[in-house]
Amino acid sequence: MKSENDTKAEKKTEKKIMTGAGILWECLEREGVKHVFGYPGGAILPAYDALKHSKIHHILVRHEQGATHMADGYARATGQLGVAVATSGPGATNMVTGIATAMLDSSPILCITGQVGSKLIGSDAFQETDITGITLPITKHNYLVTRADEVARTIREAAYVARSGRPGPVLVDITKDAQQSTCEFDWEAAKPQMPGYRPDLSPAPEEYKKALDLIHSAKRPVILAGHGILISGAMREVITLAERGGIPVALTLLGLGVVPASHPLNLGMMGMHGEAWVNHTIQEADLLIALGMRFDDRVTGNLKTYAPNAKKIHVEVDPAEVNKNVKVDVALVGDLREVLHELLPKIESPDRGEWLHHIDELKGDAAVRDIQNLPDNGHLYAAHVINDLWRETRESNTIVVTDVGQHQMWEAQYYKHEQPRSLITSGGLGTMGFALPAAIGAKVARPDAEVWVIVGDGGFQMTLCELATIMQEKIKVNVAIINNGYLGMVRQWQEFFYERNYAATPLLNPDFAKLAEAYGMRGITVKERSQVIPTVKSVREHNGPVVIDFRVEQEDTVYPMVAAGAALHDMIRRPTPLVETADDE
Amino acid sequence: MMNTYVVYVENKPGVLTRVASLFRRRAFNIDSLTVGRTEKPEVSRMTITVDADYDQARRIEANLYKLVNVLLVENITESPAIIRDLAMIKVAATHDARSHVLELASVFRARVVDVAPESLTIEITGTEDKIDGLLEVLRPYGVLEMVRTGIVAMRRGNKGAVLAPSLNSGVGEIASDEGISYSV
Repeated sequence: MKSENDTKAEKKTEKKIMTGAGILWECLEREGVKHVFGYPGGAILPAYDALKHSKIHHILVRHEQGATHMADGYARATGQLGVAVATSGPGATNMVTGIATAMLDSSPILCITGQVGSKLIGSDAFQETDITGITLPITKHNYLVTRADEVARTIREAAYVARSGRPGPVLVDITKDAQQSTCEFDWEAAKPQMPGYRPDLSPAPEEYKKALDLIHSAKRPVILAGHGILISGAMREVITLAERGGIPVALTLLGLGVVPASHPLNLGMMGMHGEAWVNHTIQEADLLIALGMRFDDRVTGNLKTYAPNAKKIHVEVDPAEVNKNVKVDVALVGDLREVLHELLPKIESPDRGEWLHHIDELKGDAAVRDIQNLPDNGHLYAAHVINDLWRETRESNTIVVTDVGQHQMWEAQYYKHEQPRSLITSGGLGTMGFALPAAIGAKVARPDAEVWVIVGDGGFQMTLCELATIMQEKIKVNVAIINNGYLGMVRQWQEFFYERNYAATPLLNPDFAKLAEAYGMRGITVKERSQVIPTVKSVREHNGPVVIDFRVEQEDTVYPMVAAGAALHDMIRRPTPLVETADDE
Repeated sequence: MMNTYVVYVENKPGVLTRVASLFRRRAFNIDSLTVGRTEKPEVSRMTITVDADYDQARRIEANLYKLVNVLLVENITESPAIIRDLAMIKVAATHDARSHVLELASVFRARVVDVAPESLTIEITGTEDKIDGLLEVLRPYGVLEMVRTGIVAMRRGNKGAVLAPSLNSGVGEIASDEGISYSV
C-alpha cells in the first residue's frame, strides 16, 4: 500500500509537457518565489502570457532599474531571493545599475530577461542586446538559455548560485523561442550541475588555533562587524563573542543593526563618517577581528596608516577578499556563523575594563558637539528630522530605506538601529535612486513592517516614477525627502576640496507635495522643527502612502569626515557649536 | 614575477570570455593564454601566464575559483613542470644565406616546414627561452613573419590533475579542494 508521502512524491516527479515560459514560472514557484517585479516587452511576452497559470504575484514597475532595486530591497528585507523581469534590449540594459548595486552589496537577486529568437542572435535584430556579455562582470554568474529543455536546470542553478556562499545577482537571458517551444518538464532530473562551484568552504583547524591565540593575547581588540553577519545570520554569535571576550564592536554602514545600537559594547559606525572615537579606537587597537566585512576604502581611509599596530583576523566567506585591501594575519574562510560556533566555546573572558574605559575617554567632547544637544536656533536640520523620526518609530517594526548622500550618512548617525534588517541602503555602489524602489520591495516582502524612505531631493528624482507603482499596488510606504536644494554630498566635497565652487550641484526642484498629490497620494511640506513630530505622527496614522518634503538647512555638512585618501584618525571634526557653520556662509 | 596557471574549465560557450574578462576586470595583464581540449570532452584546459606578486597571485587563484565554470586551478610556477611554446618563423633566406639558416635551425633542433625561393619557414618547439634564442640568431637574416602559440604546461611526475569524480555530479558533490590553501 502506498503511503500518502509516496503519492505526493510521485506527483512531484510527474512529467508534463510544458512551454519554456510555463517551466520558468513553475520553477520559480518551486524555488519559493511569491513576488516578481517586472516590465513586459516583445521578447518576454510569452513568459508574461504564461503568468496567468502561476500563483506568483507580478508587480508592474515604471522602469526596469526600479524592478532590480525592488528585488534587491525584497532580498535585503528578508534574505529571500528577489526576482526582477524585463524584456530584451533596453529593458535588459536598464537593469544594469540595479544588478551592479546588488553585486557590490552581495544581494541575492535573480534577473530574468527576454532575448530575441535564437536564430536571430548576432543579427542586430530589433531590441537585441548582448546582455549576458554586458552583465558578465557585474553578476555572480549569468546564463543564456536558447532551448526550452534548458530552462528548468538553469533556473534551479541560478537560484542556488544567487543564494549560496557569498550571495549575488544572477541573470538568466531566455530567447523568445525557448519560452515558446515545449518540452517535457521534470523537476527532479533538472538538478543543478556545477562541478566547479564551491560555496561552502571551511577553515583549516590550525587557523582556528592561530585566531584564538591572537584573541586571547590581545589587550585592545575591536570587532569590525559587517554585512556578512546579517547574510550568515550570525547576530547572536557576534554579540556572544563581544560579551564573552569584552570586545567592543564597530560597524560598517551595511552592518548597522546586527548588534543593537543600545548595546554597551556597540561603538557605532566606523569609517569616513563614523564618530571620531570609533575611528580612534580602531587606530589604537592591537587586534582587529573583521567579521563579514571587506575593508572597503570607505571604512579604512588610507591603507598605509590603517590600524598600524593591530594584528588582523579576517572571517570571510569569499577567499578572494582575503588580503585584497588589508594584509591579515589569520584568515578564517567559511560561513561566519559556522566559524563562530567553532570559536565561541574556546573564547576566554579576560578583563578588558581598561581598554573599554580608555575608549570611553576617547569620546571626549563628542557629546557636546552633537547637534541634538544644541539649542533650537529656528533652523531645520536633517539630523533633527531623522532623530525625531527615530524617536517616533523606534518602538515599532520599522525598516528605513535610504538613498545615497548626506541624508544617508545622517541616517546612519542619528537613526539608532536596534534590529537587523531595519536599515536597507546602497553601500558599495552608492546608487542614487535606490531608496524608493528598494522600499517598495521591502514592503512587499514584509507587509507588517512600517517602511520609511529617507531620500535626498536629488536621488528621489532619479526613480520617482515608482510612486505610480506604489499607487497601483496600494503599497503603504512613507517617503521623507531631505530637501536642501543641492546635491548635498557633492556640494560638501566642493565646499571642502574645491573652494566652494558649487558646479552643477544646486537643484531647482518641483513642489514635491503637489507632485505626490498628482500621483494621488498625500503630500506635506515641513519647514519648521516643531512640525516634524506632529507630521510624523499623522503620517503614521494615515492609511495610504505619504510624501513629506522636509525643507532643511541648505548648506549643512556631514561631520565628522575622513577625506578620501586621508588616515582614518585624521578627521574633520564637528565644530562647536555647530550653528556657526550654518551662519558663516 | 611571472606566474603560470593551469586552469581546467567546463567546455561551454563563453567560458573563455569569463576567464579573460576576470583578468581585465581585476586589472591583471595576461602575458599568454592558451586553451584547448583535454582527455575529457567536457573539460577544456587553459595555460595562463601573468605577471603578479605573491599576494596578487593568490587573489588571481581565488578569483578564478569564483567563476562557476572553473573546475580546478593549479599555480605551477614553483612546481617542476614541462613548459612548451611553439613558433613558426619565416626567415629571408636567399641562395647565400640558406645554408647558414639551415645550420642554425638544426643546432636548435628546429624543423624546416616550408621552402620558397627567397625564404624558409622554420617550426620550433621548446621553452620560451629556446625560441627567443633562435629568434635572436635568425634576426640578422631578416624575419619576415612569426607566430607563437603561447605556452602550454604540465606538471612532471605520475600525478594527474584531480578533477571532479564525475561532471554529472549534483551541487553537493563538488570538485576536490586539493591544492586550495587558505592559510596566509
